[in-house]
Amino acid sequence: MEVRIDHVRKEFDRFPALHDVSLTIGSGELVALLGPSGSGKTTLLRLIAGLETPTEGKIFFGEEDASLKSVQERHIGFVFQHYALFRHMTVLENVAFGLKVRPRRDRPAWLEIRKRALELLDLVQLGGMEKRYPQQLSGGQRQRVALARAMAIEPTVLLLDEPFGALDAKVRKELRRWLREIHDRTGHTTVFVTHDQDEAMELADRVVVMSQGAIEQVGTPDEIYDRPNSPAVFGFVGESNALPVRIEKGEAWFADRPIGVEVDGEADGDAILYFRPHDVELRDGCGGCVAGPVVASRRVAGNRHVELEIGAERHRVEIAIPPGHLAAGLSRLAFRPTRWTLFRVAEARAA
Amino acid sequence: MALALDASISTFAAPAARATSESRLARGVAMGVTFLFLGVFLVLPLAVVFVEAFAKGVPAYFAALREPDTAAAIRLTLTVAAIAVPLNCVFGVAASWAIAKFEFKGKAFLITLIDLPFSVSPVISGLIYVLLFGAGSALGPFLERHGIQILFAVPGIVLATVFVTFPFVARELIPLMQDQGTTDEEAALSLGASGWQTFWHVTLPNIRWGLLYGVLLCNARAMGEFGAVSVVSGHIRGLTNTMPLQVEILYNQYDFAAAFAVASLLALLALVTLVLKTLLELSYSSEISATGRGH
Repeated sequence: MEVRIDHVRKEFDRFPALHDVSLTIGSGELVALLGPSGSGKTTLLRLIAGLETPTEGKIFFGEEDASLKSVQERHIGFVFQHYALFRHMTVLENVAFGLKVRPRRDRPAWLEIRKRALELLDLVQLGGMEKRYPQQLSGGQRQRVALARAMAIEPTVLLLDEPFGALDAKVRKELRRWLREIHDRTGHTTVFVTHDQDEAMELADRVVVMSQGAIEQVGTPDEIYDRPNSPAVFGFVGESNALPVRIEKGEAWFADRPIGVEVDGEADGDAILYFRPHDVELRDGCGGCVAGPVVASRRVAGNRHVELEIGAERHRVEIAIPPGHLAAGLSRLAFRPTRWTLFRVAEARAA
Repeated sequence: MALALDASISTFAAPAARATSESRLARGVAMGVTFLFLGVFLVLPLAVVFVEAFAKGVPAYFAALREPDTAAAIRLTLTVAAIAVPLNCVFGVAASWAIAKFEFKGKAFLITLIDLPFSVSPVISGLIYVLLFGAGSALGPFLERHGIQILFAVPGIVLATVFVTFPFVARELIPLMQDQGTTDEEAALSLGASGWQTFWHVTLPNIRWGLLYGVLLCNARAMGEFGAVSVVSGHIRGLTNTMPLQVEILYNQYDFAAAFAVASLLALLALVTLVLKTLLELSYSSEISATGRGH
């Protein structure tokens, strides 16, 4: 089902948590709400669920205004960061809960409920575990029970609040892939909250980047990563450097020299140049480049990341070079950004 | 690196070593004092109660308990507890549910109010009802006209007992429920459960051991309360005397064996409560709030 958030604002005790947020989530889409803590992403998810009510604005499920509906009436499936499994019930009872509490006329027979719960446990690869209690399961298993429990009520929308946040890195990665598979198989409209950009990028059809109670950018992972529309998004998604530059006659200058970045059509004035550590090329001499002494170096996955101090103000930038590269041993490096985004100073400050 | 590691080990080791070397004597003294104190002030009086109760032999003991006024006192105590404990149980669950799961103005004030009976002397608690329902009060003439007897009757005793035992269940459950938060309830609601179903299937099972613990303490106090009940009861033999009041009356009549026989029942109640409480704590310590209060 399509979910449309229409100019929603939310305050907690006069403290604004969300300002004027609008967003449409297509039917069957898998959407990530990505942002640092305090960005309002969880509040937005809870508003969709009906666990909070908006101070202003409306939320539509399909054509229907769901703003005033209770949690129960919205038929959503909600998965909590710390699972929130009912500890005194077995795995089977947990999954069956949503069906068992239905009013008698809508409630399937117990055998039917049991059959459905067992099928769901198979789907989340926990077949044979139905008699266990939550304490007897690992974190990853508990979260899969929580997902099965949420799916048992055949929700219109599946909402997950930092679903893998409490799990260790390896389990997290497995569950991520597995959630994607489940989504592709069942086709639920799914929204999940995360502060982990890798998780958002790897899992979602579309990523909604949030910051300070507002949506910064909505787009596919490629769009978000390659064409961030604000310094905040650039800074939050992927690693990045911000270099204060001056634009003169279509060229970017750092301190007293041009840095080999041509910006045709940009007006003269101060700006901030954003580029990623791996979007650079090393240079030998320095006519049109950024250069400085190496102050730190560390291994990041397949690359070596080197920190340079440049200019009189010892501005730090980080660039990535292949680990076996000759330059890895040098005490001074020169480079030129090959891909970048320029934000004027006013925009950058606003963020 | 190695140096730093050594340093950290030595800082950990030094106080630990000192603690163990010093402790032998200190521990001996501390334990000796504790046991001596407990022996003189707790075990000895308890033993005296039972010794005195059986001083005239076992048949006399049971005869004393079967004496009509005493039997009436026992029945009254059980009746009062049977009314006061469930009332406070319902109230305690409702109050802690409200305080732990919702945000509202005046919450701190409500918590203070719940604690009031702990901070007020029981005699004052009883006096409050005398002032409220007594002949000289505003309500007094009205009650008299309609033939409603509250003071010096069972309703007054129940009211005073409810007041005094009012905080036990709530005090036990508030920290427990605050600690558990609201996500389990939110999960149940999101799965379509009604408020009542959520309470019955999720909240109540989560607090059951803490609740039982609170009920146990509440019951012990309800049966043992003396001060507040003494003020409102009127000490009418066979009618408004509870067990603690009966003990006092028998004692004042120099009927020591009978007084101690009734007292032994109260002591037994205390012991049973203590054993159950310990069993509960041993088995479900994680599910019972760790804030051990000594009331």
